[in-house]
Amino acid sequence: MRKNFTTIAAAAAVLALGLGFGASVAEAQKSGGVLKLYHRGTPPSGSIHEEATNSTISPYMGVFNNLIMFDQHKPTNSAETIIPDLATEWSWDASKTKLTFKLRSGVTFHDGKPFSSKDVVCTWNLILGKSKPKLRKNPRKSWYTNLESVTANGDSEVTFNLKRKQPAFPMLLASGYSPVYPCHVSPKKMRTNPIGTGPFKFVELKQNEHVKFTKNENYWKKGRPFLDGHEHTIIKSRSTRVLAFIAGKFDVTFNSDVSIPLLKDVKEQAPHVICEKRANNVSTNLIVNQKSAPFDTPAIRKAMVLTMDRDAFIKILGHGQTIKSGAMLPPPNGVWGMTPEALAKVAGYNPDVAANRAEARKIMEGLGYGPDKRLKIKVSTRNISIYRDPAVILIDHLKEIYIDAELDTVETSNWHAKVARKDYQVGLNLTGIGVDDPDAMFYENYACGSQRNYTGYCKPEMMALFEKQSMMDNGPERLALVWEIDKRLQEDAARPIIFNRVSATCFQPYVKGFTTMTNSVYNGWRLEDVWLDK
Amino acid sequence: MSAYLVRRFLLLLLTLVGMSIVIFVMLRLVPGNIADIMFDSAGFVDPAEKAALEVELGLNLPIPEQYWNWIKGLMVGDLGYSYVSEKPAIDEIGPRIPITAKLAGMSLFFSILFGLPLGVISAVRQNTALDYVLRLFSLSGLSLPSFWLALLILMACVSYLGEIPIYTDKPETLGEELALYLLPSAAVGFRASALIMRLTRSSMLEVLRQDYIRTAKAKGASDNTINYVHALKNAVLPVTTIIGIEAAFLIGGLIITETVFNIPGVAHFLVEAILMRDYPIVQSLVMFIAVIVVVINFIVDMMYAVLDPRIKYAD
Repeated sequence: MRKNFTTIAAAAAVLALGLGFGASVAEAQKSGGVLKLYHRGTPPSGSIHEEATNSTISPYMGVFNNLIMFDQHKPTNSAETIIPDLATEWSWDASKTKLTFKLRSGVTFHDGKPFSSKDVVCTWNLILGKSKPKLRKNPRKSWYTNLESVTANGDSEVTFNLKRKQPAFPMLLASGYSPVYPCHVSPKKMRTNPIGTGPFKFVELKQNEHVKFTKNENYWKKGRPFLDGHEHTIIKSRSTRVLAFIAGKFDVTFNSDVSIPLLKDVKEQAPHVICEKRANNVSTNLIVNQKSAPFDTPAIRKAMVLTMDRDAFIKILGHGQTIKSGAMLPPPNGVWGMTPEALAKVAGYNPDVAANRAEARKIMEGLGYGPDKRLKIKVSTRNISIYRDPAVILIDHLKEIYIDAELDTVETSNWHAKVARKDYQVGLNLTGIGVDDPDAMFYENYACGSQRNYTGYCKPEMMALFEKQSMMDNGPERLALVWEIDKRLQEDAARPIIFNRVSATCFQPYVKGFTTMTNSVYNGWRLEDVWLDK
Repeated sequence: MSAYLVRRFLLLLLTLVGMSIVIFVMLRLVPGNIADIMFDSAGFVDPAEKAALEVELGLNLPIPEQYWNWIKGLMVGDLGYSYVSEKPAIDEIGPRIPITAKLAGMSLFFSILFGLPLGVISAVRQNTALDYVLRLFSLSGLSLPSFWLALLILMACVSYLGEIPIYTDKPETLGEELALYLLPSAAVGFRASALIMRLTRSSMLEVLRQDYIRTAKAKGASDNTINYVHALKNAVLPVTTIIGIEAAFLIGGLIITETVFNIPGVAHFLVEAILMRDYPIVQSLVMFIAVIVVVINFIVDMMYAVLDPRIKYAD
């Protein structure tokens, strides 16, 4: 009896607490107000499917809905944090090659036209290049190499038909990079005047001035969004925009715009603001043109991997706060990265830098290089400090193994064109990933034929391993294989990771319901739950 | 005089045609084209998609044909479409011109307001403590980089006033507009006023040693009459040239000030357009600046005759 009483009392207390908490949250949430943010530069367009940049995702994500999305209040994206969006439920068939989504009814686009399964089919046909209208740019084609087709089963159900089993496929669909486009709007209009089903409607973009969004009064999620709109003022000068934030002119900074050294200044001058320092799954990495002699020799690439002192990079550039990792970001920020112990076993990650370099020099001497016969090369990189600064340190480390490198700074807008032409020997690059899953990482950056595989690294045996892990369900076995693949990628110098960046997004204390993500900068900008406690 | 005007006008047209060719060719000589740059935000360049984009933008046409299409458009007021925003170039450029014009106008006003009288005072009080102070002031104006001064102003405003005077929303009243442009134009005007002051000073010193000034003094004219009526009128001629050059320079030369104070004017926009290889915008803007420079030069030439009756433009 006593036990029953205790149970009932505890249940009542929990219920009361829950109700009380729920009530206080409901009471606390205030509608109205326009969220003011600054933006680092004019977004290239409003069409998320055509871009691979934070500059588009951050302002425009709220215009759209996905089928499913990552919970906007959980900082680490994973399969467990996927929640419904335009799809109410989803399930695999027995062969795990058909993923069926039941769609929400009564949803309309911002222009009043109803949303249906046709729009989902159109969107992925656009990406697969199967539709008559074409995207100008299609940066995530490589994500969907395993997608055979998307079929509509009536108006409110769609099936994604895969060529083979890929349990992590929903991860790709949950990314901010996977919105549903309307069938009836052309790709050109989506670039300049995007229309979605999301909580905010696009108002206008003025180059170098602002991009503005207003509340979608007919949003299908009742009571959302809380904000009347959000406005992003474009400020190119970093000093000006950070000063403006400190002066209280803005509610939120641009996504991950506050670097570690700047963060100290911000906290000193505006101690009241909240700054969330996060890893963001953007790595600084070395790219070696594997088709250009002498870098077509695996041994020389291995020597380059061995000479890098990652701790020096981390200490100098990240004030000791950036993260040593392989391709995958390690926990607690990421899900799939190697632990420090596992990482220490990878060539080049051994903390004994002197021993690594001795081994590297031996390799170089074996190739005919030495103190009297030094290799002269160019290290190319974008002419932006976050690229240039690590490139300078890299050049210093290369000197240790008889490589004299000259810094070749490339005007930033010409960078990808140069890399795509393979018009470089050695380069220093930054890579951000939309989804913290090995499928996205490996197929986008290391698979044969992928357009974003800048080094041209292509090994059939690695492709087989990519496929093997992709067909596995999440669990210790897949994790072990992913670690093995990551180790081999680093040792092959496919695109050696130097460090994973850490930076901060800051906001005023009255901004509520806003969560910054730890393992991708591309998934947390829906803003429908954000409200202003003013 | 009328024949001179016709000659000058024809020369003006010829200059603009020459400029249009130079702009057009130089833009295409710069490595990288808009198609490459547009792919940059997608993180890759697909050769097939790039080729399709070049066709869409007309970049596959021969250069002379592209040039002719542009000139044909210019003649009927069609500046083409911005490659970046896909909006008519006139809609992108038009609203920014008044912003830069206001900023340049206020900067010029400040520079003349302070530069001219301080130059005269410095010359009249040559080698006095006041002259040294003013010369030091002008030297600092010439040597302080305007971006540094602008940032200093912003930092001081944030630290002491808790406010930052940058452009975030379009000002709605004249008062708001004046307040917004006051500090940036002062930052720019400081340098220009220093230049005008130094030139006025040296020009005045030269004029003050002329015989007719001595005659005026002998006839008992007051110091103010001598300095401001007799001397300044003749000393101002070279200063007018500098003011003209400064005015033309300011239209395109406000890049740093517009960037630091986040003012959405043409100078800042031009730099962005150049980086993006947004040809229609760059071509139109540079042509606009060329027209301004040529017209201002023309006005300055005409003003010589007004300021100095000895100058005559013969037919």
